[in-house]
Order: sequence, then C-alpha cells, then structure tokens
Amino acid sequence: MADRLGVLPAYWALLRGQARSQVSYRTSFLVDLVGNVGATVFDVATVLVLFRLTRTLGGFPRAEAMVMVGLSAAAFATADLAVGNIERLRQYVRTGLLDAVLVRPLGALPQLLLMDLPLRKASRALFGVAVLVAAVLTAGIDWTPARVGLVVLAPVCGVVFFASIFVTTAALSFWWIDSGEVGSAFTYGGRDFTTYPVTVYSGWFRAVFAYVLGFGFVAYYPALALLGRADPLGLPVWAGWAAPAVALPAVLVAALAWRVGVRHYRSTGS
Amino acid sequence: MGSVTATVPPPITRNIGWMFRTFAAITGSGFRRYSTYRQATLAGAFTNTVFGFLRCHVLLAVATGAGGVAAGYTPDQLATFVWVGQGLLAVVLLWGWNDLAERIRTGDVASDLLRPVHPVLNYLAADLGRAGYALLTRFVPPVVAGLLFFDVAIPSRWSTPPIFAISVVLAVVICFGCRYLVNATAYWLHDVRGPMMIWTFGSGVLAGLYFPLHFLPDWVTVPLWLATPFPSILQTPLDVVVERDDWPVQVGLVAVQAVWAGLILLACRAVQGAAERRLVVQGG
Amino acid sequence: MSAVPGDEPVIEARGLRKEFVVRVPAGRFRRTRRRVTAVDGIDLTVRRGEMVGYIGPNGAGKSTTLKMLTGVLMPSSGEVRVCGLPPVARRTQLALRIGVVFGQRSQLWWDLPLRDSFALLRHIYRVPAAAHAARLRRCRELLDLDDFLDVPVRQLSLGQRMRGELTAALLHGPEVLFLDEPTIGLDVVSKQAVRAFLAELGRSGETTLLLTTHDLADIERLCHRLVVIDHGRVVHDGSIGALHARYGSRRLVVAELDEPLTTPPVLAGAPLLRTEADGRRLVFACESATASAVVARLAGLVALRDIAVVEPDIEDVVARIYRNAASEGGADPAQGCSITRTAKVPGASASYRWGTSPGNVT
Repeated sequence: MADRLGVLPAYWALLRGQARSQVSYRTSFLVDLVGNVGATVFDVATVLVLFRLTRTLGGFPRAEAMVMVGLSAAAFATADLAVGNIERLRQYVRTGLLDAVLVRPLGALPQLLLMDLPLRKASRALFGVAVLVAAVLTAGIDWTPARVGLVVLAPVCGVVFFASIFVTTAALSFWWIDSGEVGSAFTYGGRDFTTYPVTVYSGWFRAVFAYVLGFGFVAYYPALALLGRADPLGLPVWAGWAAPAVALPAVLVAALAWRVGVRHYRSTGS
Repeated sequence: MGSVTATVPPPITRNIGWMFRTFAAITGSGFRRYSTYRQATLAGAFTNTVFGFLRCHVLLAVATGAGGVAAGYTPDQLATFVWVGQGLLAVVLLWGWNDLAERIRTGDVASDLLRPVHPVLNYLAADLGRAGYALLTRFVPPVVAGLLFFDVAIPSRWSTPPIFAISVVLAVVICFGCRYLVNATAYWLHDVRGPMMIWTFGSGVLAGLYFPLHFLPDWVTVPLWLATPFPSILQTPLDVVVERDDWPVQVGLVAVQAVWAGLILLACRAVQGAAERRLVVQGG
Repeated sequence: MSAVPGDEPVIEARGLRKEFVVRVPAGRFRRTRRRVTAVDGIDLTVRRGEMVGYIGPNGAGKSTTLKMLTGVLMPSSGEVRVCGLPPVARRTQLALRIGVVFGQRSQLWWDLPLRDSFALLRHIYRVPAAAHAARLRRCRELLDLDDFLDVPVRQLSLGQRMRGELTAALLHGPEVLFLDEPTIGLDVVSKQAVRAFLAELGRSGETTLLLTTHDLADIERLCHRLVVIDHGRVVHDGSIGALHARYGSRRLVVAELDEPLTTPPVLAGAPLLRTEADGRRLVFACESATASAVVARLAGLVALRDIAVVEPDIEDVVARIYRNAASEGGADPAQGCSITRTAKVPGASASYRWGTSPGNVT
C-alpha cells in the first residue's frame, strides 16, 4: 500500500510536465481552449434548435430535456478531458510513446493519460458542468437531500462510465488496429444517445444502447429521479440511482480489456 | 484532317489529352490507395450507421412533436435526409483529412511542387478517386440500413437522380477545396490545430449534418446558403434527393454549388500560389 | 557486493520465441494471414558487468528480443529472467533496475528542456535527490550536456538528443542498460562521444550492457562478446577473436611494388588473394605463415615501395555469416550484404499493422 501511494508524486510530476509542455505553445493553447468550447456549445445549441420546432421531444418539454443534456454534457466532457485522448493509442504506438512508458516503473495507462492530457478540453468540461447547473436550477426540481446527492453522484458515475467506454474501445485497437471509428460509435455515439430522452429511440436499438450497454442510466434515469417523473417505459424510480451499478462493471471491463490488450501488444520495429 | 493531326498534332490538343490522362491516372491511384484500407472502411461504415440510427430517431421524434411535419420535411423525407447524409459524410469526407498539412509540416510538399501537375489539380484528382471508392463502400451501407429499418422517401421524379449526381460531384469538389484551404494554413502557421478544429466543429452544423438547416429561421439559412460554401457540401444534395423543391429550384441550388466550386478552386490556386512564392522567397 | 564479471546471470533467456500474425496482401482485394516468427528460440545468458553486442541483419529479431527482455513484449514461449524477474509480469519492478535507450524512440519530453525531463524522471523512478544529482553531474561532464541543457528537446540535434537519452536512461542507476541502435543516424563526432561514454561506463564493471547496432565499429570499440542472430536464431555467440577463428578470417599483407610483376611470388602458408593496380599491388592472406615471415620473405624477393599488414575486418566476417545464414535459410541473400549502412525507417517494418489510414472521426 505504501508502495502504491509512493507513486503519486510521480504521477503528479507527469501532470506538471504535461501542463508545462502545453503552455509552452501559449497562443495555440488559448485558441484551443476557446475553440474546444465550440464542440459542446454546438451539441447544446442543436438541442435548442430542435426545440424551436416542437414543444416536447420524446414526451419531455425543453426544461426537462435540458437536465438530460446537462448530465450528458458534464459527464462526457469531463471524461473526454480526463481519458478521451486514449483514442490516440494508435499514434502512441507509432511514435513509440507506448514503448517508452512500458519501460518505466509506473502503470502504462495512467502515464499515457497524463502525458497527453488535453488540458485545452478543460473549457469544454467547465461548460458542460455549467449547462448542468443551469438546467437543474431552471427545471423546477423539488429538492430533497436525496436529490442533492443524486445531482452530484449521477455526473460522477457518468464520467466513470464514459471513461470506461473510452478505455475499452481504445483497448480494442490492440487486437483490431483500424477499429478507431468503431470506438467513436460508442464514445461520441454514447454522448449523442444520452443527450436525448430514451423515449426518442425505439426497438432493439434502444434496448441495446440503453439497457445492454447501460447508457440509459447515465442521464435519462437520473434525470427522471431528479424531476420526480415516472418512466414512460415502466422502470421503477430506483432506476435513477442505478448509475453506480452500471459504472462499476464498466470500469472492471475496461481494466480487464486494457490489461489483456497490453499483453497482446506487438509493438513496432523489427 | 485526322492524318494531318496524326503526324503533327497541335501542341494544345496533345497537352489536353496528356492532362486528361494524367488526371485520370491520379484519380485511379486515389481510388486504389483507399481500397487498401478495408478494415478502416468497414469500421467507418459501421460508425456512420450507428450515428444514422441516433440522428434518425431524434429527427423523427421532432417531427412527431411538431405534429407530423418539421420545417416542411415529412418523416420519410427526414429519414432519407439522415441516411443519405450519413452516406455522403464519407464521400465528401468532411473530417479527418490532414495529408496536405502533414506534408507541409514535414517538408515533403516540396516534391509535390516538382511534379508537372498543379498541386491543387493533383490533390483534387486523388480526392475524386477517394470519393469514388467511398461512394461504393461508405455510401451504400448506411443507405441500405436506412432502407431496411426506416420508412424512407424515394425520389419520384426522373430528373432527381441526375441532378443529385451532379450535386454530389460538386459537393465533393467544394468540400475538397475547403479542406485544402484549411490544410494550406500550415504554410503560414506553426500549428494547424486551431483552423482544423474550427473547420471540424463548424462544418458539421453549418453543412446540415446534425439537423436540416431549414430548422433554423430563414434570416439565418438564406445568408448561410449564399454567403458560405457549407450548405453546398451536404444540405443541397440532401434537399435534392428528398425532393423538397421542384426541379427548377433544385437546378438553382446546384447552380449555387457550381459557383461555389469555381470560387473555392480559384481560392485554392491563389493560396497555393502565394504559398509557393513565400517558399521561394523565404526558403520555407 | 562489488560486482565481478561472471558473478551471476543478469539476463537469462531459454528458448525465447516471438511469433506475429501478419496480414499480407494477396491480390488487389484479398489478404491472407501469415505467421511470422521474429525470434525463434534464442538462448542467452549475460553475466553482471558484461558488454554484449547483439547484431544481425534487418528483421533478424534484434529489437523484438530487446523488447521481450525489457517487458514491452510478451514472449510467445520460452523463459526469460532479467535481474531475476520475469519482465512482463514484474514490469514495473524491473523498470527500476534497468535502463533502456531505443535509438528511434524518445524517453524525453519533446517540448521541455532536458533539465526538466531529467527532473521528471527523478520523480518517476523515485531516485533520492543526492544520488540523482551525482549521476547527472557525471553525465554532464562526460557527455558535455551543459550547452544544451535548457533547450527544448524538439530543438536538439540528433546527437545532442541521444546524449540526453543516455543520461535519462542512467539517472536511476540501472544494473542493466539496453541500447537499441544507440548510434544510428549520428554524425562521426557524436558517435565517438557516445562510444567513449559507454566504454567508460563499461570500465567500472557495474553496469551490464546489451546493445544492438548496425555499426560494427560500436562493437569493436565496446564489446568483448558478440551475439550474431539471423532469422531469429543465434548463429554466433562468443568473442570477436573466436569469430575470426571460427570463420577463418585472416590478416592480410598488402605489398606495393615499384614495377608490375608478371609472375607473382609463391609463398608457403600465405596464398596470393588478388593482384590490384595492374599488378603493382599484391594482397596475401596469412594462413599458416605469420605476417612478419611474409613481410621478410617478400622483401627478399621483390623491390617493395611500401608494405602494410591489414587486420581482419569484422564487417567482412559478419557479412559472410549473414550470407551463409541467408543461403542456408533459403532467404534473400542480398539481405546480408549491406549490414553497415542500412538505415532503418522508424516503424516501417510494422506499417502494415499500425500505419496511418484515412479514417475520420464521427
């Protein structure tokens, strides 16, 4: 255990090194910081544009749907900031960064994440959290201690869940090198899925994304619990609290996929 | 006359013939180059299809909420809009092209300048080959998925397919030109991530990928259409294929595309010229 | 506790194998899967303080071996122990005890000065400040780092960067140093600086050194022991002298004559290899005769303008081994011919797997 804690200063040093590297390109960094908000702004703006044409989407008025938008944006943007760059695994292999971190006395995954932490995405995460705060304050939520707890717990679990999806799909490229875009279907696709009420979707597509993969428990069910609405699809109220039960297995799958993947890694060169 | 030109062909004719063959050869090489990335193609088609499901469900829910018709689109027109859009996304290649910027960064672009073909034409020819390959491999899967899982609008007028075909070719040329200009900023900028990012985030919304631009108020849509090339990249071919307007309007929209294609290619040539003069003067 | 060569094995490999499955194009649209054996049953024992040169033609399996010894790659089969540890299973513990320099890979932070990279590595390897400072001081002296310690790595020349890489690999005082092509692409001055530094490092006998190289001058300058591999197998393991003895390489006597000879002299135990320069230069190989005997005999027989004794050339020997191995293996014999100057394109040999593809993000 002491050994485990002993590595924390090392990770901290890696983080500082990355921060210093990025700030060394000051102008680019500022442009990136501003530009990156754009992505999430467009996601949120898209929802607002759709509500120009309709009063309800999947049975939810705008104020309620925005709670789901906020939960999704806050969770995804934060996960993207923390681990999103792992989708660049293929580049790490090509440039030899993976080889370099594998001969150091620290875990490969945390090193890769810290050495390429996209600090410029911090603006996006902040914007996502701001959308969530604005949405829950204007949605007319009947606040109870439990709901205050949930409004913190749900995005945290969402971050963990999206982070696991990022790592799992990246690890897939240890076996299937050109799988990069398949990963996007579940990372960015998961973000798009969770942005809207699950009632918008239907059939097997909804069953797979919402319940088999678990995306329904990132934003939709927590939002129902916050709003005090019954699920039109018939799940009980406690489904809103199931986020940790979905996030935990996701982490385990991600950890397993990564471990096995690194063992399967074949490196470049002769 | 044939015998005369056979012995001493006028230089201009030979030149055009040679140009055409060169262009065709580069187009073929673009096609073949991309045909070697079969797994990436498969992965890309899968992802486009998943996003097709996501966007189609959302737009259909909008139509339901709006009482059946959203901004003049019926549900089956919206379905066609989404699925053909997911297919065209890879044909026009909205995102993920940084070949030129990389070659500028590494200095390899110097060898492009040594070729007897103008760099813009060279890259355009290769891009048309790439688009041809994408039409076969990336366009078909999402469209088939749309046909299988949703009620889609199928063009009813005989004039629509040819107008659509011309519109798609022009869209590829316009999108190529925009990508070329974004990439060419690498001649001046140390780091092209900024322009790339603005292009990536802006093009999806403004081209009509996320929602039909008619969802916006007219005072936004009309200036956007005339003053920027973005709607010409996706929205125009999609509006053509769903037959939102009568054929004269369709032709008019394609004419706007043609003007944009010409303007953008001229801009590419001007930018390339300026970059080359700068390279000659400053030595990179 | 002082380390004596021959003490104990630091590296021990038995029957080490690594297979890859590659997809090769078969026709325009089809590809087939093929199993490629990069390392095919290598046995290797390296004792503390040894300096071992590990050479072979391109694609022979050098880097793959190194990556299996350092825990980067999982062997397909076989036993490995480095510092008594299984490299993959105990990767992070092993990392504290070894240093690695991949010639075409960097351990340094591209955008930061060397000084900052070294400071970061001190935290990563949890090195006590005093020990770190002492090692850094020594490297700064021996490798002349002071001029560019505050320049971002991306602005360093290859030679300067390589000196930084060597320092980075040594700051935690590793027991074993693995070097993959440490002199590739370097200019003559930097090559000499790197070799002198490694020679100095080896002299203390504390650090075990295993290096792969294409430049046999590295080996001649640094290593007493030479392991030659080809097609994933060890074809020679021993001293350079043993290599010459085994492959019958000989000293040459080159005689420059005033006048061309029509009938060259016949010397017992030293056959005439060739005549050059229109018969004005004769080259004899010393087989049973000694070089001095050949020189003395020649001086008595012909009018000499000049005479030279040429030491056996290790490159010739190694080229012959590669050619033999290649013809035995039935592979392309051209492969072994250009061992010294073949530059390696980074990542090229694996581009079929990790190369760029025109993917886009959705």
